[in-house]
Amino acid sequence: MELYQQAVLLGIAMGFLARLYMLRTDYRQYPTYPHGRVIHLALGFIAACLGAVAVPSFAEKNFTAVTFLTLAAQQFRDVRNMEREMLSKLDRDELVPRGSAYIEGIAMVFEGRNYLVIFTALLVSLFTYMFNFWYGIVAGIGCLLLDRLWMSGQSVGHIAHVEEAPVHFKGPLLYVGDIVIMNVGLEANRQLIAEKALGFVLTPKNEDARITLSHLGQRQAILHDATTILGVYRDAGTPAFVPMAKLDLENGRVGLFLLPQEKDVDKAMRLIRRVPVLEGAVRRPTQASVNRTS
Amino acid sequence: MASLEKTILAVITTQRERVGGGVPIFYVKPEEVQRIGAHLEAILDAMVHELQEGLYIVVKHA
Repeated sequence: MELYQQAVLLGIAMGFLARLYMLRTDYRQYPTYPHGRVIHLALGFIAACLGAVAVPSFAEKNFTAVTFLTLAAQQFRDVRNMEREMLSKLDRDELVPRGSAYIEGIAMVFEGRNYLVIFTALLVSLFTYMFNFWYGIVAGIGCLLLDRLWMSGQSVGHIAHVEEAPVHFKGPLLYVGDIVIMNVGLEANRQLIAEKALGFVLTPKNEDARITLSHLGQRQAILHDATTILGVYRDAGTPAFVPMAKLDLENGRVGLFLLPQEKDVDKAMRLIRRVPVLEGAVRRPTQASVNRTS
Repeated sequence: MASLEKTILAVITTQRERVGGGVPIFYVKPEEVQRIGAHLEAILDAMVHELQEGLYIVVKHA
């Protein structure tokens, strides 16, 4: 096979493989649907093609072809818009919505992964072109590992301690540990909550974590993930059973009130720790110059 | 314009002389409070909150 063909084909193959590898379907993210998957694989293939042909066109001094990469950037920004729009629409029908911060995070990830695919394909075809086939494969595997590294962010378990806390009432006030959640007026609801509810307290590990945890979108993401797995004991129009996360203003702890279908404390703790920290919620005030004493 | 997120839809009380104003007021016997409250909650898709003994509000949370 000709060198260019080799480089392009291997680049496309590796890029596509990278997209496949990064398209993990789990509980918290779309694409859970077969067609959603097809859309993303197709776009990943296009991204891989774009990345792979860049090197040969550069080698042929065909610089206009390289500028097509800018077109690609535009294309993949649309991917982000598409994701955002679709998830926002779906969110209206959720009993416990994802919240816009979570949706924004997911949409960003979809865009970012396409760029990683371009990068992978580009590097593979570059290595194949400069050295040989085998170097291309090695570069591809290296890229997959790198993609994996870039893909993973922090999770709530990294920034906060999660502990179970008793759910109890003082008069009409519902508490998780010592954090007030809400006022429940009806005796029947109080009994049901006392019987079925789970309570957790998240204690931030440092000042940065405290502000991240106080972000409403972050708290909504925790509630959404928890209810996707454990279910939620409510229907539309039962505001008394809405899971909630309230802040203790004194020390930044978060009281988490859940009404799961499945009352499994251990599982709940594990999954709360695994909720991703949203990029839009991360704050690092300790890095600000005013907070650094020299 | 800011939209109203919470609205008091009704007041349930056992002491008629203690409430007034432009909200529907349900004046009930002490033993009826829970039952009437549950009905209103279900009908209005809202939530009953207890302010004090014998004084409840039905609030719609947007």
